[in-house]
Amino acid sequence: MKKSTSQLEQLTGRLSRRAMLGGAATAAVALVQTASGKTLQQGIAVSELLPDDPTKQIGTLAGEVGTRSTFEKVVKKPSDISSRSPLQDFYGIITPSDLHFERHHAGVPVIDPAKHELLIHGLVDKPLVFTVGDLKRFPSVSRIAFLECSGNFRSGKETLSPQDICGLTSQSEWTGVKLSTLFREVGVKPNASWFLAEGSDAAIMTRSIPVKKGWDDAIVAYAQNGEALRPEQGYPVRLFLPGWEGNTSVKWLRRIELSDQPFMTREETSKYTEPIKEGKYRQFSFDIDARSIITFPAYPKTIEKGWIEIRGIAWSGRGKVARVEVSTDAGKSWQPAVLQEPILDKAHTAFRYVWHWNGTETEILSRVTDETGYVQPTLKQLIEARGNAIGYHFNPITAWRIKPDGTVLFKPE
Amino acid sequence: MNVHPYSVWLAGVFALLTLDSCFQANGQDHLSHPVVITDTLPTRFGIGRLATAAEIARLDIDVRPNGKGLPAGQGNSATGKQIFATKCAACHGTGGVGGPNGSLVTSTNPDRKRPEKTIGNYWPYATTVFDYIRRAMPFSQPGSLTNEEVYHLTAYLLQANGIIDEKAVINAQTLPRVVMPAQKLFVPDNRKGGPEIK
Repeated sequence: MKKSTSQLEQLTGRLSRRAMLGGAATAAVALVQTASGKTLQQGIAVSELLPDDPTKQIGTLAGEVGTRSTFEKVVKKPSDISSRSPLQDFYGIITPSDLHFERHHAGVPVIDPAKHELLIHGLVDKPLVFTVGDLKRFPSVSRIAFLECSGNFRSGKETLSPQDICGLTSQSEWTGVKLSTLFREVGVKPNASWFLAEGSDAAIMTRSIPVKKGWDDAIVAYAQNGEALRPEQGYPVRLFLPGWEGNTSVKWLRRIELSDQPFMTREETSKYTEPIKEGKYRQFSFDIDARSIITFPAYPKTIEKGWIEIRGIAWSGRGKVARVEVSTDAGKSWQPAVLQEPILDKAHTAFRYVWHWNGTETEILSRVTDETGYVQPTLKQLIEARGNAIGYHFNPITAWRIKPDGTVLFKPE
Repeated sequence: MNVHPYSVWLAGVFALLTLDSCFQANGQDHLSHPVVITDTLPTRFGIGRLATAAEIARLDIDVRPNGKGLPAGQGNSATGKQIFATKCAACHGTGGVGGPNGSLVTSTNPDRKRPEKTIGNYWPYATTVFDYIRRAMPFSQPGSLTNEEVYHLTAYLLQANGIIDEKAVINAQTLPRVVMPAQKLFVPDNRKGGPEIK
């Protein structure tokens, strides 16, 4: 940075000297037309030329870390306890690591990876302690998959963006060691049916997880999108459970205890449980049901008449996205959207639908079907199925109202 | 899951030999056949060090519904009430009702559509109260309470919710025997995928 500034000074210095020789503070000349139609050469001042002509100014030279363009105002929306991904500003399916949603229960801890260890004990042949270096010695695995908070639902007013409505979902390439590899290393006993995952944040977060998920596809992740995990995402190691509610993918993982029954922690009893019919509450509801949302056009954007590419993302915690349909007539008819490859298991999948808007007021909606045959429900269907109480795992079809003046508003139901 | 590494290796070699003889017999293009992927992982890599009993004891703080993990010590609601007033009421309200971080004690509040979820009406296991207070409270000074203080606070919160009486002593034997009103409300996830909306 320092170097480039001095080079810039040299450059502008040279320009000034050259301009001085010409007798005026002129950096360049341009042809201009006078009111009478006469063409004249006119000098342009350095100060007028440089700010918006990148070809007349040397750029920042190579640096140690890249930066986002200062013209891109893409930010998370934080509250005290969570921070939402700007879904409407993303292209493709990978969430930039620094824009991955955050949810933590007692802040982001500062952990020195040289001092961090993972203990695996309980119903095992050999309780073992792994340093972060140990974990990186094991065969590694990478997987692109979404992570979503089960409380990812907001409604109530028209001026909500995709970020506001469901910004607690993000997607990364996660890299680490399969938990099954570590299970083999410690020798999990046959009667172990659950394990406790515990974090080393100030909440000492804990969740009970069926051992089967550990054998199936759980990852003890130390990297995200090609670099070490971000602290907000569990640096130096986290659990990652593809397709399961985010709270189970315990961050800053320090301990795994194998047991023959769940531990009934605060998170899985008094928190991450949801109302269903007859006054009951559903517990250990791990799978994220299929959901989709149109991210363009969406509030706060406005649109113009003519051809518009409707864009969005769809995902399911139960497998691949099989189909996305779009309605441009308030749900009266549905047309298939184009799915962008790769269509990955338990992953955000981009969809597109090209539409000609004639300027009349309408509503646009999307609905996903996953490979199990589950079709994204309406809010009404969800409430009918569960009784009149909104809670976790709410994944309703989201409608956007298009006004004749091109404004786009969320349709709260 | 405990497959001997040698047996995995043997199966892999057999598969390779079989495929290879196919290619020789038929002269087929290798490119038209799937690559044989054999799991070469040994059962154990010998990475990591054995955890000592002391090391496990230091980290193993969880308390289970059957009481496993509860430490020595005991508490009563009268002492718990005093500790609560000093260390908890600022966040959870006087007597555990209201407060910026939510009620812990069940009350009837006519201003609310539904009753607030509390220990008295929404916590299925009493052991969880001990576990969570010791684990994470007070929010601004986590880990600062002694086991004895946690027992007192647990006793107070159970008593204030009308679950135990004022004279009850809470310890490793009595806490797991407390039956919580909400226990019968919880059912395991019965969604199975497929078209059903649940």
